[in-house]
Amino acid sequence: MSELTCEQLVELVTDYLEEALTPEARRRFERHTALCPGCDVYLDQIRITIAELGRLTPERVAPDARDRLLAAFRGWAAETR
Amino acid sequence: MAESGTTPSSEADLVSGLRARDEAAFATLVDQWGPTMQRAARGHVSTDAVAEEVVQDTWVAVLRGIDRFEGRSSLRTWVFRILANTAKTRGIRERRTIPMSSLAGSLDAGPTVGADRFRGDGDEHPGGWKRFPADWPVGVTGEHRVLGEEVGGVVSSALAELPARQRSVVTLRDLDGLDADEVCALLGLSAGNQRVLLHRGRALVRSRLEDHFGDAARWGATP
Repeated sequence: MSELTCEQLVELVTDYLEEALTPEARRRFERHTALCPGCDVYLDQIRITIAELGRLTPERVAPDARDRLLAAFRGWAAETR
Repeated sequence: MAESGTTPSSEADLVSGLRARDEAAFATLVDQWGPTMQRAARGHVSTDAVAEEVVQDTWVAVLRGIDRFEGRSSLRTWVFRILANTAKTRGIRERRTIPMSSLAGSLDAGPTVGADRFRGDGDEHPGGWKRFPADWPVGVTGEHRVLGEEVGGVVSSALAELPARQRSVVTLRDLDGLDADEVCALLGLSAGNQRVLLHRGRALVRSRLEDHFGDAARWGATP
């Protein structure tokens, strides 16, 4: 199998992180990042990006939507109790 | 990251709470799963308002069914399956009235890093970086390597910029901490398409972070 170019490698990063590459493709990927500082940094940046996404606070349920749900719950409880 | 599998009260308690018509048990579930449900629904329909209706309809169906719920799957799996079906049905109905073009664009092809970043065919190293990506100013918080607090805004506006399906996948995976199988089931995606959407979404967020740090790093300034 021929070696990966950097341009090809960046499109395989998610498959790599998701462990969706074949063992041979995985070795080829790791061979490249071990030798290429640019792709090593790129992979690192993707990992940092994922960590930063994980630091965003998930939003809360909108208060009016929550109120409507609780009202629906009370209606249901009263009808079916 | 939200630990999506855990609940402060056990699932069995919540199920018996719902059966006993205990409003606090219901409120706990709404608060805990609501944001994830809203985002999953948004992956099927075109607006936040319609997604909110899907979530509402899902809870109504859950309440109607709870007395017959046999616990063969977890409560969460059962609720999310009802959500996925409700959202899918709503999305199909919606697409009959909304032009496809407004929903397309999430699986669009094209590289995630611009071709101009790489050397051309005539070069000694075709497909190699013209200039390596720069190291980012990473700090360490706990066990995580993180960027400064100021990038939160960059990350959330990049997320807002994503096409709806990419945004749903990235949010469910990276903010809510769901695994790939769960996201596939919720959004009705194949494993391959889930990865494509995740890939494109994360790559866009990365490139916005690079834009943010790029000039500072290049000129050696402190960001």
